Amino acid sequence: MACGSFNYSFFANSVGKEMCEKRKTGNIAKVATCSLAVQGNTSTTAKPVVEVPADQNSTFINLGRSSTKRRFETHRCQETIEEIIGNGKFGRFGGKFVPETLITCLNMLEAEFRSVLHDVQFQAELATALRDYVGRETPLYYAQRLTEHYKSKSCSGEGPEIYLKREDLNHGGAHKMNNAIAQAMIARRMGRTRVVAATGAGQHGVATAAACAKLSLECTVFMGTKDIEKQSSNVLLMKLLGAQVKSVAGNFKDATSEAFRNWVNDLETSYYLTGTVVGPHPCPSMVREFQSVIGKETRKQALEKWGGEPDVLVACVGSGSNALGLFHEFIDDEDVRLIGVEGAGIGLDSGHHSATLTRGEVGVYHGAMSYLLQDHEGQIVGPHSIGVGLEYPGVSPELSFLKDSGRAEFHTATDQEALDAYRLLCRLEGIFPALEACHALAFLDKLCPTLRSGTKVVVNCSGRGDKDAAIVFNSKLT
Amino acid sequence: MAVALKSSGFLHLNNPRNRVFLPRTPSQLQTSSSYSSSVKRFSPMAALTTAPTVGLSETFTRLKEQGKVAFIPYITAGDPDLSTTAQALKVLDSCGSDIIELGVPYSDPLADGPVIQAAATRSLARGTNFDGIISMLKEVVPQLSCPIALFSYYNPILKRGTEKFMSTIKDVGVHGLVVPDVPLEETEILRKEAAKKSIELVLLTTPTTPTERMKAIVEAAEGFVYLVSSVGVTGTRESVSGRVEDLLREIKEATTKPVAVGFGISKPEHAKQVARWGADGVIIGSAIVKLLGEAKSPEEGLKELENFVKSLKSALV
Repeated sequence: MACGSFNYSFFANSVGKEMCEKRKTGNIAKVATCSLAVQGNTSTTAKPVVEVPADQNSTFINLGRSSTKRRFETHRCQETIEEIIGNGKFGRFGGKFVPETLITCLNMLEAEFRSVLHDVQFQAELATALRDYVGRETPLYYAQRLTEHYKSKSCSGEGPEIYLKREDLNHGGAHKMNNAIAQAMIARRMGRTRVVAATGAGQHGVATAAACAKLSLECTVFMGTKDIEKQSSNVLLMKLLGAQVKSVAGNFKDATSEAFRNWVNDLETSYYLTGTVVGPHPCPSMVREFQSVIGKETRKQALEKWGGEPDVLVACVGSGSNALGLFHEFIDDEDVRLIGVEGAGIGLDSGHHSATLTRGEVGVYHGAMSYLLQDHEGQIVGPHSIGVGLEYPGVSPELSFLKDSGRAEFHTATDQEALDAYRLLCRLEGIFPALEACHALAFLDKLCPTLRSGTKVVVNCSGRGDKDAAIVFNSKLT
Repeated sequence: MAVALKSSGFLHLNNPRNRVFLPRTPSQLQTSSSYSSSVKRFSPMAALTTAPTVGLSETFTRLKEQGKVAFIPYITAGDPDLSTTAQALKVLDSCGSDIIELGVPYSDPLADGPVIQAAATRSLARGTNFDGIISMLKEVVPQLSCPIALFSYYNPILKRGTEKFMSTIKDVGVHGLVVPDVPLEETEILRKEAAKKSIELVLLTTPTTPTERMKAIVEAAEGFVYLVSSVGVTGTRESVSGRVEDLLREIKEATTKPVAVGFGISKPEHAKQVARWGADGVIIGSAIVKLLGEAKSPEEGLKELENFVKSLKSALV
């Protein structure tokens, strides 16, 4: 990547253009690695800038302490923003399969998204909120005892170094807040007075309720009756935070449908705050953009800790927000292996699981074309996982694309394996991860024996597990 | 409120013996057993030649010549059961319906309010499936004088294969199709496959649709243009929004294709008003579905249906 001062017309730099072209595969924006290495005279920020030697292929920006600050300042590359937004298609996946009534609203949302990506002040406010309210940046924690555990189990004594990206330390207890605060800010910016959301495990509900309280917005959260029972502490929190919690017969998929309907009936004043990377365009791209802070920080922290990139990234996959948040930054880094772990429930052949990418078929659901758990009639199948946040019959269209293109691999972990992983992490590291994240941790059992010493594995610890303590405590041991 | 469908063990949905029993009155319990899973009991009878009904556009053309406004009822297939649906189709036809919309029940009907959601849930719990609906139509369509338009969400169509879906419905004499969760930009494949089989693909325009977009929609629409009267999901409303009058005028400036108004129309007064505003057709769904779904027995439901439809139809005369 050439150095030197250049104006922010990105394509003036032909090497930059080449990298941009590379990223156009499936319209996935890889903005961070398209980032400009900026010299002082073109920067409008006070943050330190880094010269990148011409021979170094990967580009990065030293973001300083506030690694969430956008690297695009006043003269952000128009092309790059458009790549972030995309056209809603990831190969054949994605799209806007919604009733006509919603189309104009979605177009307005896309316009607003474009606007905030350009808006330096918004970005600065968001960066401040992420730092001071959400508590970012979250640590990249070396799990020494967990690493030794796997090394000692292997015949050769070899094993990777395991790092945990501590999204559980975010305010609210999960990665959900990264997106909720940003979108709540957008809702307020659009002049909406009411926010509508649907939640599975309750983490997105809590995050949304908290963000709405902070920004003085009314908040209505839809939650399935089954989930309300299982994650009751989150329900109490939502109410204390001022949200109205409406129960819907069923679970997250039903709550989502009802939240949609509620939004459609009140388009003027309501903002539908999507919690994950599904739904009609621009929702998947918006959520991915706001969650991509996870991957960006990880890159920076990896560089600081061991002077390189991670070798393997592992994340649990429900709808895909924490996984994409971690993966997105590294999609073009072919050396980085991307592994998503879905919920196998009580077994893939039992029919009671949430393994959409592993066992689903392509269909259209909740506004997007993606892999989907459906029966032979095309009716939607209700999924199951002990990690309530993984229970969604659809999945991110972008992850569907990564699966089909072979860029990412997807595996599963059963309920029992997740429960065991919870107990293991408690005992070895004194960390209690959410049952959803436990699926990613459980996969280490299969992954570590295949990796040599020195391999750097980063697992996204996407949430904390207080909400699951009773379930784990009362569960049977294997 | 929507009734929850037991989400685990989807296999049981299509096994009529495992149908979920919803709370019913004793008289309903008695009758329900004789109408149990018409999927199994429904046996096609003779005469499979398709009756020569005309298509949707042609129907509107004929009505316009007579200065009439089309009456278009909607019912969900399989609620309370397929044999009642078959009877209901005949009743609707004999009471003067000009086009009948038949809804294919779907597990996640995003565009529908509580009444039609509940109907879909009940129907699926009964074991209604697409093949059952097709068998029923094969027998009933030849006995009808008005055309049928199917109303289906996209995923079940995709699952079957768009081309196969179109052939299947064409073979039983269906003339039109409405797919509520596919906006204009995603309709390319649907339109192509529908055109091949001369199925008229109706498109929807709404109060939130900007004029330029509306023009593109009406240009592509076939059969008729479906004007959604209000911002929201299906369901009865107290009154029809005054905006409908303006929207109708705008659409008619853009096209000569017939325009039918739907969502929220539940009373004869509504139908009359919408007709006066210039609609070529009036679509009534939830009000009819509610009537059939909440009736004490299917026979009573059919009787009430007949009375209600006659009152609606007379408002359009």
